[in-house]
Formats: sequence, C-alpha cells, structure tokens
Amino acid sequence: MSPLVNIIVGLAMGLNLLALGSSRLPSVIRAMAVQGVLLGMLPLVIETDFDWMVMLVAVVTMAVKGVLIPTLLRRAMRAANIEREMEPFIGFVPSLLLGAAGTIAAIAGARALPLLTEHADTLLVPGALASVFTGFILLVGRAKAISQVCGYLILENGIYLFGMLLIHSTPLLVESGILLDLTVGVFVIGIIMDRIQRAFDSLDTRKLTALRE
Amino acid sequence: MNELILIFMPLVGAGIAVAWPNDRTRPWLLPVFGVAHTALVFWMLVNPPADAATAWLGFDPLARAVLPAVSLLFLACAAFGVSYLRLRAARPNRVFVAVLLAMLGLLSAAHQARHLGLLWITTEAVTLAAVPLLHFNGTPRAFEATWKYLLVGGTGIALSLLGSFCLGYASLHGGGSGDLTFAALTEHGVGMSRPWVLIAWVLLLVGYGTKMGLAPMHTWKPDAYGEAPGIVGAILAGGVTTVAFTAILRVRAVVDAAGEGAMASRTLLALGLFSMLVAALLLLATRDFKRMLAYSSVEHMGILVVAAAFGRAGAWAALFHVWSNSLTKGALFLSAGNIRRAAGGRTTDEVSGMSVITPHSAAIFVTGMFAVTACPPFGPFFSELRVLRTAIETGQGTAAALFLTALLFAFFGLTRLVFAVVDGRPRPVTKSGAKRVHETLGVILPPLALLGCSLWLGLATPEVLREAWTAAVEQLFPSP
Repeated sequence: MSPLVNIIVGLAMGLNLLALGSSRLPSVIRAMAVQGVLLGMLPLVIETDFDWMVMLVAVVTMAVKGVLIPTLLRRAMRAANIEREMEPFIGFVPSLLLGAAGTIAAIAGARALPLLTEHADTLLVPGALASVFTGFILLVGRAKAISQVCGYLILENGIYLFGMLLIHSTPLLVESGILLDLTVGVFVIGIIMDRIQRAFDSLDTRKLTALRE
Repeated sequence: MNELILIFMPLVGAGIAVAWPNDRTRPWLLPVFGVAHTALVFWMLVNPPADAATAWLGFDPLARAVLPAVSLLFLACAAFGVSYLRLRAARPNRVFVAVLLAMLGLLSAAHQARHLGLLWITTEAVTLAAVPLLHFNGTPRAFEATWKYLLVGGTGIALSLLGSFCLGYASLHGGGSGDLTFAALTEHGVGMSRPWVLIAWVLLLVGYGTKMGLAPMHTWKPDAYGEAPGIVGAILAGGVTTVAFTAILRVRAVVDAAGEGAMASRTLLALGLFSMLVAALLLLATRDFKRMLAYSSVEHMGILVVAAAFGRAGAWAALFHVWSNSLTKGALFLSAGNIRRAAGGRTTDEVSGMSVITPHSAAIFVTGMFAVTACPPFGPFFSELRVLRTAIETGQGTAAALFLTALLFAFFGLTRLVFAVVDGRPRPVTKSGAKRVHETLGVILPPLALLGCSLWLGLATPEVLREAWTAAVEQLFPSP
C-alpha cells in the first residue's frame, strides 16, 4: 500500500487531537469535516485500478462527511446561538492527554494484533482505534449536544477507517448501506436537536436531567 | 418469495399510510396488515420453506422460531392501536401509523437476515425508525428520552458495526473470501483468526447488548419505555430486543464454530446474571410503574442471555422464553398504558386505587405481573424453570442460586409497586379526571388476548412450536 495512505491516516489522527483540545465548536466541526474529506479520499488511494463504484463511494463520503453534515451542524449551532463548549465533564487538557495516551496505546496495541501482510505496515488499524477512542472521549466528556454529535461522527470515522481493511473483499452493497444509515442517523439527530432547542432554548444536555432515578 | 412478502407487505402498508388522507380511518391499516402478516407467518411456521430463499435473506429455522411471536405481538398492538389513536385524536397519526408498519417490515427483515452486514443494516434501520414513535407524546421529557435513546443506541449500533468488521477481518485473515453470510462464516470455523474473533465477539456483544438493554448498557431503556406510549413500549420490549437477541445467537454460533464457544458462554453468563441482579435491585428502588416495566425487561433480557450460555438445552429454553416474555410483556405494557392514561401520573406518589377506576386494566396488570414474575401456570414459569433446570444439570450451581435470588428480588419489587398502584383509595385528582376515561373493549381485549396466549403457551405448548425451537437449536448448534 502506498505511503500516501499512512500520511492521510496520520493527518486524521492529528485532527482527532485537535478536536479534543479545542473549546470552540466551529473548530471541532471543521476538524471533523476535514477528517471526513480525508477519509473519503482513502478508497481512491487504496484502490489502484479505477472502479466507478469506488469512485462513487468516495465522492458520496466526501460530500456527506465533509459538506452536508458540517453544514447541518453549523446551522444547528447558529440556531442555538452557542459558540463554545463552556464546562465540559472532562476538561480540554485532560481529554487531550487522554487522547494522546489513547493514540499511543492504539499504535502499540495494533502491533500485538495479527494483520495480513498488506496491512501490517499501514496506520489503518491504529488510526481506527484512536478515532474510536477519541469519539468516546467526546461523547462522554462533553456537555453540549453538538460536541456529542461530533464525537459520534469521529467514532463513525474510526469505524470507516477499519472498514478500509475490508474494501477489497466485502461487497460494496454493505458499504453503501452504511453510508445511507449514517446520513439518516445524523438527519434524525439534527431534527431532534432542533426540537430539543425549541423545548429547552439551549443545546445543553446537562439540562436533560428530569429523568433521573 | 413468501419471506420477501413478509418484509415488503408492511412496507407497502407504510407507504399507503403516508398517502392515506383521513386521520380517523388510517389506524385501521394497522390491524389489516397485522392480520395479513400474522396469517402468512403462521402459515410459514406450519409449512416451513424447504430451503432458505437466498444466502442473504431467508425464513431459516431461527427466524421461524422467533418471528411468529413478534408478529403476534404486533397484531395485538395493532388492534390496541386503533382504539388508542381514537383516544388520542388530537394528535396527527400519519407518521405514527406509517412508522409502526415500517417497523414490522424491518423487524421481519432483521429476523430473516442471514448476512452479517444485512443484519446490521436492518437493526440500524429499526433503531432509527423507533425515534418518531418515542416522541409521539411531544413532551420535553419525551424529547429527552429520545435523545438518550439515540445517543446510547447509536453508539451501541456503531460498536456492533465495528464488531462486524472485525469478524469479517477474522475471516479474511484466515484466508476467507470475505463472504459475510453466517453460513460461510460458520463453515470457515476454526480457520478464522482467534484474536480477531475474540475482539469481534466483545464488540458485537456490547453493541447488540446495548440494543437488547443488558446492564450496564441499559441506561436508555427506562427513559424510553417510561416516556413512550404503551404500544411502542410493547413493540420495543417484545420485538426490537428479540432482534438483537437473535443477532447475538447467530454471532455466537459463528464464535462457537471458531472454537471459542466456552469463552462466549462465560461472557454471556456473566453479563446475563449481572443484568438480572442490577435490574432486580433497581426494581426494588423505583417508584414509577412504567420505568418498572423497563427494569423488568432488563431482567428478562438477562434471563435470555443466561439461558443462551447453557448450550443446546439452554438455547431451547431461551427461544421458549422469547415467546413467553414477548407475549406477557405485551399484555403488561398495554394494560399499564391504560392505567397511566386514566391516572394521569406514573409514580406511586401520584397514583393509587386504580382497581376502582380501571378495574379491567388493573386486573390484567396484576395477572400479567404474576405471569412475568414466573408464577405458574403462565408461559414464563415454564421457560424459566427450564433455564434453571439446565443450569443445575450443567453443574452451574452458583449461577442457579444467583438466578433465583434475582428472580426473588424482582418479585418483591414488582409486587410492591403493582399493588401500591392498584390497591388503596383513588387520589382525588385521579377521580375527577377519571370520568372521561372509559375502558372500551378495544383497549381491554388485546392485552387480555396476549395474556391468554401466555397462559396457553404455559399449559399446552403447541407441538409445532417445540419442533420449531428444536430445529432452530439444531441450526445454532449442529449436532456432530
């Protein structure tokens, strides 16, 4: 596999840390969008011979992860009139340190896993693990709904990275189904956020505490 | 062909419901398609197709053993839905009816999925389809519940996708062609890469376990069941959770073939017992009778998973329990919905004396409570007895003891709460509001019918069902 794959995955891992360390929501969304575009390029780099189906998957991924979802999120952000994550459950510096530790652990852990020879020298598995871990930190450690959605999307990006290992073998039907589900999922989440905002006048999930034992 | 009709007929029904112009007559689409679906699925139960239609999708023995229960539960909910939506005439029901029908089609697809990817896609679709149903009531609390459901459920579903990929990679690493049908994966068996199989099992168990609502991934459940209408709770507890359970059973068969069956059984047993104990303790603490049903559901998911840990005999008992749990839980949710509507509250602080105000629903609620806590002669008693017997026969004495302890605590918790709601004097607030409430046959007969089915299942389990469960066990654990 070409060294370009490793560069792209490395950049995506760097963007994880950026998303963890930033308190401003627009920069988290931008980090996520750039990561989406980078991941969309991956199939084109991995597949050496031209295939229109792979091309289509790549273009759709880039459009959805890089343009559509960030636009929706920015709109939600403006509607709710919030710019910053003010009081996260896990602070920015601790989450950055956690993320860095997770990335190192992912690289070390991936060495222990048996990989096929063509995947052994790529960053695909560590990148996937690190992104999934980053997504979890954001999901658990942030209070604003938009940050949590970003965390969920980074988690999905990690899974998508892992899916790249199987791109030769799994039928593309599964892949396109995944994209569709992702889109629908975020659409639904977007609608919900709209409703939450109307009901609470803020997107702070900290206020979602009426249902507690 | 028939297996595709099972999927597409309700989806067509959903399309018709969207186009149907009249809010008053639209709910009748639910029982119409429910009856057609149940009739077809029971015909297929009695006359099983000789061979699965395609490698990806088919009415295989496992689908045959579980899908009829889901269909029957849906039929009862559909009949209930007509009267329920008439009571809620103020709210538009176009989306509600359409989504319910779509759920039936997607549930049929998920139960019949014989491909790892397809199973995941259908489960995800079911998860998302449930969202509009959950916030049908439109209150801020319903939105909160929906948000939690989406976030926790979405994460679970993402993990199960990662697990599916890992299982695919395990097969690829072992020299597989990347064919992700369960048949191909099972055939590949021990050739798969062990570390990847283990990772896949953990991720898939956590992912689908979240969908089932096993502790500690159950946090969405009490909120969702508490805020959703009773009819939605019944379908979630009896239909959607069974999809996740059969998914775990199918994956377990693959893990078994890969030579890690003993490890899979140990994790299932630990997770199941933990869920049962957590649920039992929460049942002792809660004061809300709709959240109580959610904790009871967590407990029964625990029972299913414990049963699945005990090999062939356990799997048979688990399939039996899927039926008895789905039908009994349906009766409980529907009658609890009636009580909740009449009482205007959900906690024991607000509600009491419901046996005066809604005598029929209260009677069904109490009987259903005894059924679900495994009092003879209802279905759950016999299925749980079988689980317990299998546990003792396989020498799992400690597990059997914990199992019984959890059941006992759950019994205390449920009886305490149910009798607090049913007995005593009605609150003044409830009394004044109760004049509007009228227990029509339409809201009484469906839960009563479900309870009757549960009783029938316990007293005289039909031979065709026993045979279907045996066939499903044979599919999951092929005898050497």
